[in-house]
Amino acid sequence: MATEAMAAPGAVTGGKIKSELMQQRVRAARWFLLPMLIALAVVAGWPLLRSIYFSFTDASLNNIDGAEWVGFSNYLRVQVLDSGAVRYRGLLVDPSWWNAVWNTLRFAVVSVSLEAVLGMLVALVLNAEFKGRGIVRAAILIPWAIPTIVSAKMWSWMLNDQFGILNDLGLRLGLLSQKVAWTATADTAMTAVLIVDIWKTTPFMALLILAGLQMVPKDIYEAAEIDGVHPVKQFFRITLPLVRPALMVAIIFRLLDALRIFDLIYVLTPNSSATKTMSVLARENLFDFDKFAYGSAMSTLLFLIIALLTILYIWLGKVRFDGGDR
Amino acid sequence: MASIELRNIRKAFGVVEVIKGVNLEVRKGEFMVFVGPSGCGKSTLLRLISGLEDITSGEMLFDGKVVNALAPSKRGIAMVFQSYALYPHMTVYENMAFGLTLEKGHDKSEIRRRVEKAADMLQIRQYLDRLPKQLSGGQRQRVAIGRAITRDPKVFLFDEPLSNLDAALRVATRIEIAKLHESMDNVTMIYVTHDQVEAMTLADRICVLRDGHIEQVGTPMELYESPNSVFVAGFIGSPKMNFIGGDLAQKLDAHTVGIRGEHITITPGEGMWQGTVIHTENLGADSYVYLEMGTEEPVVVRLDGVNSYKSGEVVHITPMLDNIHRFDTAGKPIR
Repeated sequence: MATEAMAAPGAVTGGKIKSELMQQRVRAARWFLLPMLIALAVVAGWPLLRSIYFSFTDASLNNIDGAEWVGFSNYLRVQVLDSGAVRYRGLLVDPSWWNAVWNTLRFAVVSVSLEAVLGMLVALVLNAEFKGRGIVRAAILIPWAIPTIVSAKMWSWMLNDQFGILNDLGLRLGLLSQKVAWTATADTAMTAVLIVDIWKTTPFMALLILAGLQMVPKDIYEAAEIDGVHPVKQFFRITLPLVRPALMVAIIFRLLDALRIFDLIYVLTPNSSATKTMSVLARENLFDFDKFAYGSAMSTLLFLIIALLTILYIWLGKVRFDGGDR
Repeated sequence: MASIELRNIRKAFGVVEVIKGVNLEVRKGEFMVFVGPSGCGKSTLLRLISGLEDITSGEMLFDGKVVNALAPSKRGIAMVFQSYALYPHMTVYENMAFGLTLEKGHDKSEIRRRVEKAADMLQIRQYLDRLPKQLSGGQRQRVAIGRAITRDPKVFLFDEPLSNLDAALRVATRIEIAKLHESMDNVTMIYVTHDQVEAMTLADRICVLRDGHIEQVGTPMELYESPNSVFVAGFIGSPKMNFIGGDLAQKLDAHTVGIRGEHITITPGEGMWQGTVIHTENLGADSYVYLEMGTEEPVVVRLDGVNSYKSGEVVHITPMLDNIHRFDTAGKPIR
């Protein structure tokens, strides 16, 4: 929206004299943008710049104002030991950091892909006409409406190794041979987190895709019907290309969200290195370990990684935010 | 080539019955037009023939075979939609070839040949590489027609194909469709419109629908010259037929008398009826004089050339008695 409003006046080029109406529109656009730009600068721009600044200092929680500039040493520094051996220190060679990066990426890719597939299925169902569709549409949004902390706690009880309903059901149905400590075991912790996240955010994905599906004119399907297009082919040759713009935007929203996942993991699997993500690790260093500068460096890298992935995605996926090619 | 027979066809959406028992035979190679006011069920009837809607009761036969349950793609039909219904993400070529590429037994060169042949017929060959959004409304409608031709159908269905075009383009495309019918004389065509001019100019036979019933089926001239009801008389022809009731009709032994504007002459001095001029429309070749003479709607007299009757002027008119339509209280003709 914002870019569009800015781009339109900019399009008046070639030495043409702008009409009064055009000038008026440009002025109005700037005034309308101003509150948002100020809000963004205050709540996003300033903290971001502060974090980046702190990542180049030796700031600690009890001495934030007295922080001194240390250059890149939070990221990478060379240490020569007494024995003469050379050691690299800093975030870029910190295995726990790279573990967190790997966890985050794995989580983001798996959860978003599964959510996209499931969301598409749900959206296709909701797009069909059946009795009680309105109620189902509202009901399916419930997981999304529950605060993450609440749903994380709820699931952690359901996944509980002693009293959890999932273990109980699994044993009764013969799916499990013994009780599983879903959230505590390193092998299953990530799976548990993924299950809860997919349960929670598939509705959101479905809703965004549904909006795209409803933009597809009905008569195209009738034309396809007369052309004798098999339903499966109809989906891949007609529906999917036409909802692609909406789908791509939905995926990018979810990807941004998933890459900075924090609350769910913080509640469901605290302190498990199998699920610790970049955000969780950064917070831990910032506040728990009193390594404020080191945590700031992590936050800065997290920002860069997300920015890089987003740019890559938009570029490779040729995402357009104006509703695609219709 | 196919003949289509509808036997007591009914269609209900929930409790609302839209088609209330239609019997109709469309002959092989015929151009049949369904015409009627909005909500009369003409589009629904077309969709029943296409198979896009299920028939509630009755039988639909293509060449004597019941096709009630047959999928649209297996009926040998092609359909042109009012909104074109082109696939927006495919080029014109892909749009036209899509149906064929899905059918087995067509190799690429054959598909290309058929698409190009259809494109040549409609003069859209230079647009084959474009996307629908890069075309104008008229060009899109040609692509939609081209897509239908490419399928080489036995039955061609048109659902108000000209409604979204502007007046000039509508006339031009109408002529294209008429030419298409001539060049594809073994294809049965069914065409839905609410515009009686399209019906009159295109049809071999017209089927006038009203409220889910067939009001009359016949050639354009049959409908024009001997309408089966007040409704058909009023629907076919422009300007609308004049209806005169009351004493004036009583004198002619009818409940309502219908007379077309071109069948009334202004007779200076004396005439059968008289009225006050309220407005004159000059169209160049002819002119319409609107008269107030106590009827529900003003009586329109159609005259050749330019005329200049002033508002308020009282004129005498005489209907040509041979061309008078007399109707009884039920709106049926007295012959």
